[in-house]
Amino acid sequence: MDTTQITDAPPPSPRPPVLVPGRAARAATRPGDRVFLGLARGSGIFLLLVMAAIAVFLTWRAAAAISEDEGNFLTTFEWNTAGTEPVFGIAVLAYGTVVSSVIAMLIAVPIAVAIALFLTHYAPRRLSGPIAYVIDLLAAVPSIVYGLWGALILVPHMNGLFGWLDDYLGWTGVFDWEGGPARSMLTVGILLAVMILPIITNVSREVFRQVPRMHEEAALALGATRWEVIRMAVLPFGRSGVISASMLGLGRALGETMAVATVLSPDFLIHGSLLNPGGGTFAQNIASKFGEADEFGRDALIASGLVLFVITLLVNGAARAIIARRKEYSGANA
Amino acid sequence: MAKRIDVSGLSAYYGPFRAIEDISMTVEPRSVTAFIGPSGCGKSTFLRTLNRMHEVTPGGRVEGKVMLDAEDLYGTGVDPVTVRREVGMVFQRPNPFPTMSVYDNVAAGLRLNGSYKKSQLDDVVEKSLRGANLWNEVKDRLNKPGSGLSGGQQQRLCIARAIAVEPKVLLMDEPCSALDPISTLAIEDLIGELKQRFTIVIVTHNMQQAARVSDRTAFFNLAAVGQPGRLIEIDDTERIFSNPSVQATEDYISGRFG
Repeated sequence: MDTTQITDAPPPSPRPPVLVPGRAARAATRPGDRVFLGLARGSGIFLLLVMAAIAVFLTWRAAAAISEDEGNFLTTFEWNTAGTEPVFGIAVLAYGTVVSSVIAMLIAVPIAVAIALFLTHYAPRRLSGPIAYVIDLLAAVPSIVYGLWGALILVPHMNGLFGWLDDYLGWTGVFDWEGGPARSMLTVGILLAVMILPIITNVSREVFRQVPRMHEEAALALGATRWEVIRMAVLPFGRSGVISASMLGLGRALGETMAVATVLSPDFLIHGSLLNPGGGTFAQNIASKFGEADEFGRDALIASGLVLFVITLLVNGAARAIIARRKEYSGANA
Repeated sequence: MAKRIDVSGLSAYYGPFRAIEDISMTVEPRSVTAFIGPSGCGKSTFLRTLNRMHEVTPGGRVEGKVMLDAEDLYGTGVDPVTVRREVGMVFQRPNPFPTMSVYDNVAAGLRLNGSYKKSQLDDVVEKSLRGANLWNEVKDRLNKPGSGLSGGQQQRLCIARAIAVEPKVLLMDEPCSALDPISTLAIEDLIGELKQRFTIVIVTHNMQQAARVSDRTAFFNLAAVGQPGRLIEIDDTERIFSNPSVQATEDYISGRFG
């Protein structure tokens, strides 16, 4: 930079554009821009319409069923839609869905984040490629296969863990085990954790890979160890991405049907213990009952589906709120 | 406080490619040494060998010796993390942590080194920001994100972050190349103040800048693309810019190439 004074006169300001009344206010547009705008806007509107249509359909059918319900739809521990006095409620299903998904998240999110960090920041490239590939394969396994694996392999092998939990933590009630088959919420949660692990891992890995090199170098140059680099630069930068990844996983866990239906031995009770068999989830209940249900029974099941829909919306909204709360620190404005 | 750097026979590699070859020089404490030379001549690579940042690059490898007073930075058993706590660095593009406030950015290095009381941190943060001539501009928004500052302010924030841990040496890799002239001037003034306390090494593409801020200037060049960069000469800045002893230096400075 030269510090000599610039003495030139300022350049003459460009003449203001002449406005032709009526026409000039609209800027000229190109056909390509117009087509793209139309496509983008149309897709957005279409998506909203689909969501609205689903909501309307669910609400309409659900309202028909709920108005006939002799019990309280939200608090009844029963699902009887056959007789002339139908009694059904979603309390057990809501509890089971939320509990199994929470267990799955508690197990899967830390492991997925750890795997993603390992793949992006610790593993040699030779190793990270194959590992990432295997994790992708996990996502490609159909859920009925997970269900069969869960019922035939996982359930019989849970006895050791359940016995141990009962011995040491049985007094809490949550881990009390009466020795029945391990077709319980904890087993379902563990199975769901395996199923949602790949999506959370993959999305987190992408996010961690996009941490700008310069932020990691900034931490390194301050004398940060590898773990400290991750704590200072990588995790905070990836935070919102990991939350989004977890939401994708949670969405799958909340709605998982076949695997849960295959493993769980359902009943219509809320069990204090996670180890004793029983309970149910929305999706599992719909899958198990839909075949034999009459028209009214199907409407009742749709009503339960509507509740799942609302729960999913609430969870997603909460996640978005968490991300938005620290938007100015997101790193997107770096 | 400030320490002397003594480099001998240093070469740096990216995989099989030798980027710089056989560099030896001494950098005096409490002085500013500028590295100039055409793009690709290895001056940034050399700078990054001085705080062991070069080996962070995949395939990066260093041969030779760098002494910081009596300590061999590449000696066996020397932890690069410890080296980087003694030799701070400011990068080409301002890189405050986007997820941290102004305050947390400055305190980041201290928090790595152990736990401090809030009042101690407050003191160091204020002192460092004053040291970087930034205090008056940010004292009312210490808890706002560092990435909300202007480019020049961000770079001074990075300098504050680097000096907060009281390094012995401060390395600057083209610290003004992403900044406008006013911000550049602010940083150059700051370099003049910081050299009272630190040994400063600065890489620059701007020869007037080298002439303005440095006491000593080192000229790097490479024989051809694909050849390793070498140190052509290092001398007092005044002498390099008025009467260099090597013809190539003269040609570069007078704008005949580069």
